[in-house]
Amino acid sequence: MGKRIAKEVSIAIAEAVKQCRVDVIAAYPITPQTHIVEHLSELVANGELDAEYITVESEHSAISACLGSVATGARTFTSTASQGLALMHEILFIAPALRLPVVMVVANRALSAPISIWNDHGDIMAERDIGWIQTFAENGQEAVDLVYHAFRVAEDRRVMFPAIVNIDGFTLSHMIEPIELPDQEQVDRYLPPFRPRYKLDPRKPLSMGPVGIPEIYTEAKKAQDEAFKNAYKVILKAWDEFEEVFGRRYRPVETYRMEDAEVALLIMGSLAETAMTAVDRMREAGKRVGLVRLRLWRPFPLRDFVKAVKGLKVLAVIDRALSPGATGGPVGTEVRSALYQVPGRPRVVNFIAGLGGRDVTVEDFEEMADRAYVYMKKKPKEPYEMIGVKE
Amino acid sequence: MIEVRLHGRGGQGAVTSAELIAVAAINQGKYAQAFPSFGPERRGAPVQAFVRVSEHPIRTREKIYFPDVVLVLDPSLPSIVRVTSGLKEDGWVILNSHKSEKELREMLGWQGKMAVVDATKIALEELGLPITNTTMLGAFLAATGLVDQGYLEEALEERFGRLAEKNKKALARAIKEIKIYQ
Repeated sequence: MGKRIAKEVSIAIAEAVKQCRVDVIAAYPITPQTHIVEHLSELVANGELDAEYITVESEHSAISACLGSVATGARTFTSTASQGLALMHEILFIAPALRLPVVMVVANRALSAPISIWNDHGDIMAERDIGWIQTFAENGQEAVDLVYHAFRVAEDRRVMFPAIVNIDGFTLSHMIEPIELPDQEQVDRYLPPFRPRYKLDPRKPLSMGPVGIPEIYTEAKKAQDEAFKNAYKVILKAWDEFEEVFGRRYRPVETYRMEDAEVALLIMGSLAETAMTAVDRMREAGKRVGLVRLRLWRPFPLRDFVKAVKGLKVLAVIDRALSPGATGGPVGTEVRSALYQVPGRPRVVNFIAGLGGRDVTVEDFEEMADRAYVYMKKKPKEPYEMIGVKE
Repeated sequence: MIEVRLHGRGGQGAVTSAELIAVAAINQGKYAQAFPSFGPERRGAPVQAFVRVSEHPIRTREKIYFPDVVLVLDPSLPSIVRVTSGLKEDGWVILNSHKSEKELREMLGWQGKMAVVDATKIALEELGLPITNTTMLGAFLAATGLVDQGYLEEALEERFGRLAEKNKKALARAIKEIKIYQ
């Protein structure tokens, strides 16, 4: 078994990528992701990782190089954040449509303006519809574990979709904490070599990415959508296998103290740990509060989610991104829509918190749960509220 | 859970000190988090770093607002930064200074637990540089006993290789020369 060591989460992620025996890394440094690719470039330069590190002039080129690389059958990794992710935007849609399983870690950071290098989920929520598998890590251990899982799932022949592992910028990326890195032998057992059925090979020429005329575009998209939904089973299976090899169990939706809960907070990412502390405090005060955390965001784990919130009176969804002019934050609108057809559904209230690095404290979570209690009796006036605004 | 805030100047190794405390605590079987003040940092400017150490898994990602221990690496900082801000009443302020207890208490307006060592002098003599982060780790050990000296020395060895010896000497001198005012 691996050893428990103190590691900066970014460095641990780079070590995990190395253990996945990647062939190609193409990346452009951007705060707060830089330590990941910096460490990978060191590993390659020192001869500790036998891979091609492609230095590029922008994130647009980074992801383009990744697509070309994975199309030839090379295991490929990249990482970015914020404006860098936004610059990749037009290429991101192409990867899943061509079934190119790149793995990317996004160190989530706010988008400009105002310029902010700090954490929120604005960057990734702008990429909600790109068709990549998307997970959110709660802590350093999970960040590392999700990287092994991402390669395992993405490259599975039944899946063949790219995957993003989201880690909160700074809050996770720059944190030194205990992490257990597995032995290489375990990783090798979990992650077989990448063997795509079709790849770019001069000896067996084929075309990727031709024009989709109106007669076939819809069918191509339908096929992509079906395949993406089917990936769900493999995602679960890969977590089962993960447990067998590494001993840690992961599910698409996690719940905390949800037995008999009437109010629950729903969140994605590392703030769930702070929220748990808030839940403990409120439980001590006799309030029946629980916590739901989405680990898997795309494909959305609809059935598991509905099961997790059954019996609740109010679900308080905490968004870390704003969708101006919408009826809620991205997670809030998604969850309302998911529950609309469910009989006896809880009332969904939506809070926007923790934008651009604003700290969300235990007290903030308690306040949101308290407001949720108020909304148990009376409908909120607005579809969403922003928390912690200095007025 | 014990929360520590370190004050230094960019380039003095406050973040490294925070990391070394966390490494020692984790290798000792405890739980810990170490992190910088998130954001851009400039050489010479006042910076902060943070550590949490606990016997149990740490389940918070909040910033540290009310530290139990404040460790100040640079002697010029207490006059320009309120280093005791948020410090718990029964907390420790650990300073690098050659000043007297009275002078320091007047400057800080702090009546609680205080530990003082002239770390700049020790660092200059032992390392030949006014880099006080490892010396101040000795002061931190002497005042709080939060981690074992052996584990901290191991962390130093892992981090500094052959330079570790000098740093260990500086650390040991701080333990010996520290003045503790309860």
